[in-house]
Amino acid sequence: MLGLGAYEISVITAMGVAVIFALSLNLITGFCGQISLGHAAFYGIGAYTSALLTKAGLPIGVGLLGAVILAGLVGIIVGFASLRVRHDFLAITTMGVGFLFVGITRQLDFVGGEMGVSGIPDSGLSKAGFMLFVLLFVALTILFSLHLKRSWMGYSFDAIASDEDTARVIGLDVSRYKLAAFAMGTALAGLAGALYAHNVRFIDPESFGFVESITVLAMVVIGGIGSVPGVIFAAALLSILPLWIQFFDEYKLLLYGGLLFAMMRFSPGGMAGLARRIFPSKTRGVKS
Amino acid sequence: MTTLLDVSAVTVRFGGVTAVNGVSFSLNKGELLGFIGPNGAGKTTMMRAITGVVTPTEGEIRLLGKILTKLPVHQRVRLGLGFSQQLVKPFRNMTVLENVALAAGSRHTASPFSALFRMKRQREKEQAAQLLAQVGIADAAEADPSNLPLGYLKRLEVARALALKPSLLLLDEPLAGLNHAEAHKLADMIVALNQAGQSIILIEHNLGEVMRICSRLIVQDNGNKIGEGDPEAVMNTSVVRAAYLGEGNGHAAA
Repeated sequence: MLGLGAYEISVITAMGVAVIFALSLNLITGFCGQISLGHAAFYGIGAYTSALLTKAGLPIGVGLLGAVILAGLVGIIVGFASLRVRHDFLAITTMGVGFLFVGITRQLDFVGGEMGVSGIPDSGLSKAGFMLFVLLFVALTILFSLHLKRSWMGYSFDAIASDEDTARVIGLDVSRYKLAAFAMGTALAGLAGALYAHNVRFIDPESFGFVESITVLAMVVIGGIGSVPGVIFAAALLSILPLWIQFFDEYKLLLYGGLLFAMMRFSPGGMAGLARRIFPSKTRGVKS
Repeated sequence: MTTLLDVSAVTVRFGGVTAVNGVSFSLNKGELLGFIGPNGAGKTTMMRAITGVVTPTEGEIRLLGKILTKLPVHQRVRLGLGFSQQLVKPFRNMTVLENVALAAGSRHTASPFSALFRMKRQREKEQAAQLLAQVGIADAAEADPSNLPLGYLKRLEVARALALKPSLLLLDEPLAGLNHAEAHKLADMIVALNQAGQSIILIEHNLGEVMRICSRLIVQDNGNKIGEGDPEAVMNTSVVRAAYLGEGNGHAAA
């Protein structure tokens, strides 16, 4: 179908899931400026929720919905717990949440413990059909991100990302905005996780560990924190590099680490910042 | 005249240190009140008690009859308190105009949910442009705040506070760090705002400008209110002179 082989279809599907996952973190870290080193936990909550619901015989639609709701609810709880911490403390808190997720899923028998969950039902669609299904969600996520960025909510997020205390001075209820960012970002991560589960059909705690959290953060940072096109591009590229070039799979962390370092050193605005420097649209300064 | 702000017996203690000690004062609508005192007098602490950054240990603060004392900063702002901060803090990821337009659209940002469904910024940008012209920095509307001199940023703080259409404007040392001409210009602008009906409390170090523009003064020293009233008269009392000249209380220099 569509002239694509089975391999291309699986690559595009994986890419689509990565784009949704990266854009979900971009809502929290990119738009609202709240770092998270444990975002894979919500990806995992979504994956486990949908896997277990559909294995219990419920339709995939219920699985996806359950994934979005549960990941979002846990996101709000973690958000509440994180309201009083900022910057490096928030990084450590969210990292703790990531480890907590892996620790708990390993111990819980009803989610498969160390063995994980296998035999997850597929979508019932053909491979190509599922790819289109994922791409539909990718399109919706992109549209939502772009809408959010242009809305007054995105405007307020910009202020909070820049300076929380001053955001309060102009009347913004910073806590509510942060909770909204956590709720939306984690719910969307739950959706990405559910799609991932139905794509690979086997999940275990290690699929959602610290490395995954760092990988998705690398996508956001390398793409350009807050830039929707940049993050899409970086997520697509970084998700297929290890598939394309086997060599990279073994050196994935080295590659991501190196890219993160190089971006922070040479272009803190990520690829989006790099593009803006190469093609400047307007100059800013006091007009004389 | 209506009382706008009523501060009654406010005490702020940090551990064993009393920064503000039972200070009371009030502000009528339309007034331009100067709040002064030597270094370490607790002026900024008093200001912070009003804005909500610090919570008073004792006492009560009311704005238009509503008790502010337990409310968080953003709720006080929504009740009509606008303030410019002593240390300028522009949002550095937006232009000067966008800084002010966001404050001008504060009714759209009261709830994150409704903010998500509000897109248009045109009217707020127009209001912001007017405010920038009013404070005299219209030429910097499209500038990145990081590239601007302090004089511009001080006025950006004032424009952003005004954009909230506050019933009370608190200015915390807006003249600090400006040269003589810049300070004079900004002080004139504060007078113009007041004449247009804006109620203002001006916390300042620059005595010359305060004496020139304020209609009433409150002097605080070591956390205590030591004078209140007509600027000339207050500055001539022995207690105030002693506080400023650094001599023993009550033994004023002649």
